[in-house]
Amino acid sequence: MRIPLSAMIGLTLTGLYFFAAIFASWIAPYGMAEAVGDVWEPSSAAHWLGTDQIGRDLLTRMIYGGQTTIFIATAATILSFSTGSILGFIAAVSGGWLDQVLSRFVDLMMSIPSLILALVILSAIDVTVLTLIVLMGLLDSTRVFRLARAVAVDISVMEYVEAARLRGEKIFWIIFREILPNALSPLVAEMGLRFIFMVLFISTLSFLGIGVQPPLADWGGIVKENKDGINFGIGAALYPAVAICTLAISVNLVADWVLNRTTSLKGGRG
Amino acid sequence: MHPILKLVAQRLTLGIILLFAASALIFGLTEILPGDAAQAQLGQAATPESLANLREEMGLNRPALTRYTEWIGGMMTGDMGNALSNKLSISEQIGKRLGATIFLASWAALISVPLAILLGLIAVRYQNRWPDKVISGSTLTFISLPEFMLAYILIFVIGVKLQWAPSFANVSPDMPLLDKLHAISLPVTVLTLVVLAHMMRMTRAAILNVMQSAYIETAELKGLTTFEVIRKHAFPNAIAPIVNVVMLNLAYLVVGVVVVEAVFAYPGMGQYLVDAVVKRDVPVVLTSGVIFAAVYIVLNMIADVVSILSNPRLRHPK
Amino acid sequence: MTEPLLKVRGLKIGATIYPPDAKPHDIEIVHGVDFDVMPGKVLGLIGESGAGKSTIGLAAMAYGRGGVKLTGGEVWVNGRDVLQSGRGDIRKLRGAEVTYVSQSAAASFNPAKKIMEQVTEAAIQQGKFSKSDAEARAVELFRKLDLPDPENIGSRFPHQVSGGQLQRCMTALALCPQPDLVVFDEPTTALDVTTQIDVLKAIKEAIADTGVAALYITHDLAVVAQVSDHIMVLRQGEMVEYGDVDQIINAPREEYTQALVSVRSIDHEEKTPTDQPLLTVENVTARYKGTNFDVLKNINVDLHPGQTLAVVGESGSGKSTLARVITGLLPQSQGRIHFDGRDLSADLASRKLEDLRELQMIYQMADTAMNPRQTVGTIIGRPLEFYFGLKGAEKQKRIQELLDEIELGDGFQDRYPAELSGGQKQRVCIARALAAKPKLIICDEVTSALDPLVADGILKLLLKLQKIEDVSYLFITHDLATVKAIADSIAVMYQGEVVRYGSKSDVLAPPFDDYTDLLLSSVPEMELGWLEKVIAGRKMVSAGN
Repeated sequence: MRIPLSAMIGLTLTGLYFFAAIFASWIAPYGMAEAVGDVWEPSSAAHWLGTDQIGRDLLTRMIYGGQTTIFIATAATILSFSTGSILGFIAAVSGGWLDQVLSRFVDLMMSIPSLILALVILSAIDVTVLTLIVLMGLLDSTRVFRLARAVAVDISVMEYVEAARLRGEKIFWIIFREILPNALSPLVAEMGLRFIFMVLFISTLSFLGIGVQPPLADWGGIVKENKDGINFGIGAALYPAVAICTLAISVNLVADWVLNRTTSLKGGRG
Repeated sequence: MHPILKLVAQRLTLGIILLFAASALIFGLTEILPGDAAQAQLGQAATPESLANLREEMGLNRPALTRYTEWIGGMMTGDMGNALSNKLSISEQIGKRLGATIFLASWAALISVPLAILLGLIAVRYQNRWPDKVISGSTLTFISLPEFMLAYILIFVIGVKLQWAPSFANVSPDMPLLDKLHAISLPVTVLTLVVLAHMMRMTRAAILNVMQSAYIETAELKGLTTFEVIRKHAFPNAIAPIVNVVMLNLAYLVVGVVVVEAVFAYPGMGQYLVDAVVKRDVPVVLTSGVIFAAVYIVLNMIADVVSILSNPRLRHPK
Repeated sequence: MTEPLLKVRGLKIGATIYPPDAKPHDIEIVHGVDFDVMPGKVLGLIGESGAGKSTIGLAAMAYGRGGVKLTGGEVWVNGRDVLQSGRGDIRKLRGAEVTYVSQSAAASFNPAKKIMEQVTEAAIQQGKFSKSDAEARAVELFRKLDLPDPENIGSRFPHQVSGGQLQRCMTALALCPQPDLVVFDEPTTALDVTTQIDVLKAIKEAIADTGVAALYITHDLAVVAQVSDHIMVLRQGEMVEYGDVDQIINAPREEYTQALVSVRSIDHEEKTPTDQPLLTVENVTARYKGTNFDVLKNINVDLHPGQTLAVVGESGSGKSTLARVITGLLPQSQGRIHFDGRDLSADLASRKLEDLRELQMIYQMADTAMNPRQTVGTIIGRPLEFYFGLKGAEKQKRIQELLDEIELGDGFQDRYPAELSGGQKQRVCIARALAAKPKLIICDEVTSALDPLVADGILKLLLKLQKIEDVSYLFITHDLATVKAIADSIAVMYQGEVVRYGSKSDVLAPPFDDYTDLLLSSVPEMELGWLEKVIAGRKMVSAGN
């Protein structure tokens, strides 16, 4: 198998970010909430990215921030995928009233922008990492539901699925052996895009002050904490932008590759 | 009745049902979740007595359905009650801020829509050549950044380093138009860039889809020039998908406004909503949330109606 | 001596392919062909899919579809080499000197514009006629092409006329600018058989009336025999044989051409009914959910053990619905289905495993009938495992036996469907059905997506297997040539009803009812002058008009 250069770059960078997130406490030069210098020191040998608005090492904050952001985004993506795809498959294969009820509810949920829904809900509940994950995961599962259902409906009208039905196969065999292997690739590619969306979503919530709460570091929060420095020409708040942008682009490259591989697999011979 | 009118009427009815269902969902969510407006307001400091008093004062002890109908009735008659935090009339606040938000969003739309269509056309014309790759590559970058980060990058470069535009969007109703435009130049740029990226990508895809149809080949085999092929055959079929793209992105703009207003301290609906969420001012959150949802639903509805109206199969039935 | 209108010398055509796991590379799809078309004459280009015939046809307009590139040779039209012409000259050629009729008129007409505007566009744009002259000419052509209401049909939109009518409008579109040459690219292939011959006749007369030359591209030798003066047989981008139509049809020289001419001449002895039918369909009526008309009306047919019942009809006749009812996918609203001495329950979910096993199905599109993520071994092995509990070496042995039976042999077990040719895929589907040791196999248009020679191979295989396994076939098809080749009894369906039913010899012997007559007479035969003879003797007009 040949991996194109763009996908290689994407895979390497994505891997690097996840590695840094998992081993944050080993890699980070200082403690997460430890004040080790002056306010907004410029970058130096001791502090590669300088320090933040209360003198914490910014590289350390970025690494721990990445850990929080990536952990929340990953957990929410997993939740959104498992809920959305299982319900989507069941709706597609079973049809009838269950499909109707689920689909109409998802239509309703998707008629409201998810940021607005999240704001409404967050105004009424206690904000913790767990509630954030559950909230984001469930809100986003509506999109996964739609995709999974559409893909599964496309596949379940295929004659090989009809052949399995005529053979007398049970519903789980049909879902797991006939539909899932063919639905996996578009879903995996979509998973990448949903993960990016989650990273942007949690960062936005934290920036608005209703996401991850201090002193826990996260990328959106670092912007919020350091945004006043911008007016003095201090770019500390911009590091998360670079991190998010490169992470998002790398994941996009990987997702594109996965998707292209599948579309070419479907097409005829070879 | 012409069958197409029936379809449009059906879609409009569905839109109205959706509006009510969405308001009920938003209202219901704050009901089902643990705690209520009173608890949210008082926070950790709440004693059972103070909670009970506040609930009584806010009328929270009455049945949910009664409160929903009162609330929705109030929305329609323009009486939206008062904010919890500062007791100011919500209707008055929204009256002031809605105009400001529409002003900001309209300018962003005015710039981004023609630009997106133009760039989409260029990308298709030079498909897979360098102009297409440059456009697609740079839009990918903008899609990969949250609005607020793009905003701070622009503030840092344009507002602080170059000092070309103000970093805060201080506007007041009595400012002259040019001053207002100068004040909102950065937020408009941010919104434009964010929406532009999505809109251009979708426009490109929509036009490409049309260009790959067999009837375009027929036109080419008639000896028409590329320009004539596009003008006479591609364009009439591409309008509907493009309008659809524009509407969907304007709906997306509605959400972008919330964050951008918060960044630039722009006195609009978005900032009002975010402030209310931070202050846990549930009545304000509910009301402004529903207004955002309504705008979103209406724009989506327009997109659907346009695609129904522009479908020749529906317009000229057998 | 007159100069040829179109002179092609050493034409080579290439394409870039993009394999998923390798670098994109160029391949050659046409390897140097030579031919001439004289003014006012019709050259038929014939070949199987992949022969490069459409690509050659479009080369006459200096056009490469998709990533196709005209890489070498000369294409002379009216005395100039169009492959050496500039863009402007090529534009003047297209739509003025050479025009094109595609297989799918439905896709080739712009859905947003009226027919008249599209038919006259090239003539006006190229300055050949004024708007009013072009429109008058279009109406004249509509009339010539036997379109209903020729004065007003132009003011309709493409979706407002039928498929057969639109295909004729496309012919009018091509003839309107008074070109010297028209490229017809499978213009009747997508139509129903009874509609096809009307369109064919209209095209032939229009060609004769206007004196235009034509390249007529098709995979059906019987069709091309009706309209051409000369025929060129192509295979895999190379010319096999060239000659006048009489020589190609009546005295083909090359072995490949001989095979094409003699296709479907399978010798099949009709069997006589036994005492006890295997399948009895009794008074079956059915409709789809949410509709208010019956797609099947009171159907009664029998199928005897080890025999073949062919169900023939055009699209919309209900023949595939009958298959769905028998398999239980669509429960009938009335009537019963009696199978091997017992009643089958109407609903699939309540059928016994034994019922499911004994009744297997093969589909038209082998591509979508096999899971692309499963190997041939898995596909054939699953019924063995599911119905008989076979495992391990025993299962492997049986899979190999089945592969031998369908003449595929070793090395196919580990291949994926995407690695097989169309004929091989259909064979695997046959093996999957056989693996269940069924008593009845329903074959739904199993040869219609295949090239004639490949289809022939499949039919021969099915007949051979019937002898060995003593299995019965319910054979659903629109193709009467297939029916003649393999059926023991025939049911002709029309608008949800069986209009004629009986043994093959009875059904195919006169006197006919009107519909059967229309259907039988519409099947193109490899005989010169057949078209005129048939049109003259018809009693009923096709519904697809």
